Amino acid sequence: MQGAIDSHPDTTTVEFQPSEHHDFRVLGLITFLCSEFLMFAGFFALFLVFRAEAAAWPPEETEVELLLPAINTIILVSSSFVIHFGDTAVKQGDVKGLRKWYIITAAMGAIFLAGQIYEYLTLGYGLTTNLFSNCFYLLTGFHGLHVFIGLLLILGVLWRSRRDGHYGTEHHTGVEMAEIYWHFVDVVWIILFSLIYLLTLI
Amino acid sequence: MAQANITSDMMGQSFPHPDKWKWYHYFTFNIDHKVIGIQYLVTAFFFYLVGGVMALVMRSELATPSADLVDPNFYNAMLTNHGTIMIFFWIVPAAIGGFGNYLVPLMIGARDMAFPKLNALAFWITVPAGLMIIASLFFGGAQAGWTSYPPLSRITANTAQSMWILAITLVGTSSIMGAVNFIVTIWKMRVPSLKWDQMPLFCWAMMATSILALFSTPVLAAGLTLLLFDINFGTSFFDPAKGGDVVMYQHLFWFYSHPAVYLMILPIFGIMSEVIPVHARKPIFGYKAIAYSSLAICLVGLFVWVHHMFTSGTPPWMRMFFTVSTLIVAVPTGVKIFSWVATLWGGKLRLNSAMLFAIGLLAMFVLGGLSGVTLGTAPVDIHVHDTYYVVAHFHYVLFGGSVFGLYAGLYHWFPKMTGRMMNEPLGKLHFVLTFIGTNLTFLPMHELGLKGMPRRVAMYDPQFQYINIICTVGAFLLGISVLPFIINAIWSWRNGPKASGNPWNAKTLEWTTASPPIIENWNVLPVVTEGPYDYGHTPEPTEVSSS
Repeated sequence: MQGAIDSHPDTTTVEFQPSEHHDFRVLGLITFLCSEFLMFAGFFALFLVFRAEAAAWPPEETEVELLLPAINTIILVSSSFVIHFGDTAVKQGDVKGLRKWYIITAAMGAIFLAGQIYEYLTLGYGLTTNLFSNCFYLLTGFHGLHVFIGLLLILGVLWRSRRDGHYGTEHHTGVEMAEIYWHFVDVVWIILFSLIYLLTLI
Repeated sequence: MAQANITSDMMGQSFPHPDKWKWYHYFTFNIDHKVIGIQYLVTAFFFYLVGGVMALVMRSELATPSADLVDPNFYNAMLTNHGTIMIFFWIVPAAIGGFGNYLVPLMIGARDMAFPKLNALAFWITVPAGLMIIASLFFGGAQAGWTSYPPLSRITANTAQSMWILAITLVGTSSIMGAVNFIVTIWKMRVPSLKWDQMPLFCWAMMATSILALFSTPVLAAGLTLLLFDINFGTSFFDPAKGGDVVMYQHLFWFYSHPAVYLMILPIFGIMSEVIPVHARKPIFGYKAIAYSSLAICLVGLFVWVHHMFTSGTPPWMRMFFTVSTLIVAVPTGVKIFSWVATLWGGKLRLNSAMLFAIGLLAMFVLGGLSGVTLGTAPVDIHVHDTYYVVAHFHYVLFGGSVFGLYAGLYHWFPKMTGRMMNEPLGKLHFVLTFIGTNLTFLPMHELGLKGMPRRVAMYDPQFQYINIICTVGAFLLGISVLPFIINAIWSWRNGPKASGNPWNAKTLEWTTASPPIIENWNVLPVVTEGPYDYGHTPEPTEVSSS
């Protein structure tokens, strides 16, 4: 028989440690992000095929604006460093530092979203103008939705950090998960920015 | 705590000890993996009956060459929803959600899944999704087939088609939640004494299944999102008139839907690897080969999707590449088949219902696999594309394979799940009816397909009628064959003889606890001292003639 039912001295105390709890949730998030990435990969593949098949990409009436997205990119990429300072701070027990850096990250994320909305309003073409604008709005909009979710996660961390002792050197899984998600959003944006904006320069 | 400590008050105050669970306790938002597993199985079985009735409507229509029984639009709706329901609401949820949730924590010595609440949520979003599919029939029904290729699905755009898309997206979300849960559970929650190379093969299969679901499902979601935008918001991703590309939809669709056939068969392979050694009383032959071949199928399975598109204008180099990669999948699958046959060889076979279904599966699946190899080669595929030959092939694999495997699993683990034994004579009657019904229905379809009868249409040339009548008779036999099972399951659950903790004398961990298992599975977590298939039974020397 595999595994006797009667008690065994070693087994009565099998309990999961907080560190293992941490592993669980982080591994769960990373596997989930793998699947998220595949979803974006589907969109990227579609975008590249359309680009290869199209006569002009982007077509005349849908010029892309480069300056604002470039500034936006700089803001989003730098926010990835900022959020890491917050995570480092909480691992040293500095909850005030965590709050400071996370507030800055949230502000940068909000600026990014505001910039994207401003870009949408000023571009002069809409979702249904042509195939390029379909792809443009769907991909950037989908990424914007992910930025928004990331923003909610960061605000959630900030909300919880008001309580003393909620986060500390031992207990910071939530902080770390928000950070991983934010990095993911950032990496996807770098690919998106290269595909949609930089490739148009070629 | 990491492993949610489920106490009876977390499961609702009126929740009694498992011995006294009543049927209505399974209708609550429960976070115990065993309850969720049974919820999945019962719900999926309900959808199986719904999908089966749809198949009978189609077969009745096809008894005569003209479209005289139902309206052709209704036939199309039946066709679409039969495929959708059987795949997304019967086999996948039963195999992954049902058996996976029920067995994986028990087999690895865990108290529950890694994320119990996520698990319950994953189940409860499949229910509205399934109801939405049924409800879509009242809005005309999605009619573009289960693949919903544009432009057909875009031109016939109606509310039902959008409902179909949303329902599939919901099921996909549930599937991703499940995959994340299984990967973390198997990776992190094995009881400390259980090493990777002692893990039951069902868990290996579930790991491979989960990885596959994790990587393929989101691509389908991407494709369906675009289709939804095309139908409802005026975009033109799949509208060639405005520069879109219909073949891109097929790529996105089949990148998921080809792996979906492995999502349906890999857990079944896992069930086979558990059922066969127990009832053959022999260690499984080639443990590592079976485990690794699951991973190999998972990996190669991601690179074969274009074989569904050989007639979609794919360039010859692509046909060549995907023909070869498709044929390669037959290798790890063959490894498994040979391992099971070698396990049966010289074993002391207990021919009870579970074992009969497992052996029946072997026969049927080999036939389905062989027609699969012929279909995987581009020249043959181009000849028989969209004929009944394809229908015959995938029903041999999905009915003769997946459904037989689900039945084998149900008979095998019924005592564990309910604490009662099933009635064997009824089980054998069920097997005989199912086996005859399956072959009567689907074997003649090979002939129909080779002769050129197209699939997906309600009308056909009168020369095909006599074969179609055989198929229709077989289909009704198959419909009747479910009755002994339903009677058996309900009667045995209430009145069957009590089962001991380990009625089959099996060695995997789930049999070390009571039947049905208590909340949190064990009072004291088990210690693994032996491999899962060490029956210590060396095959008896058989008399081999030396001629």
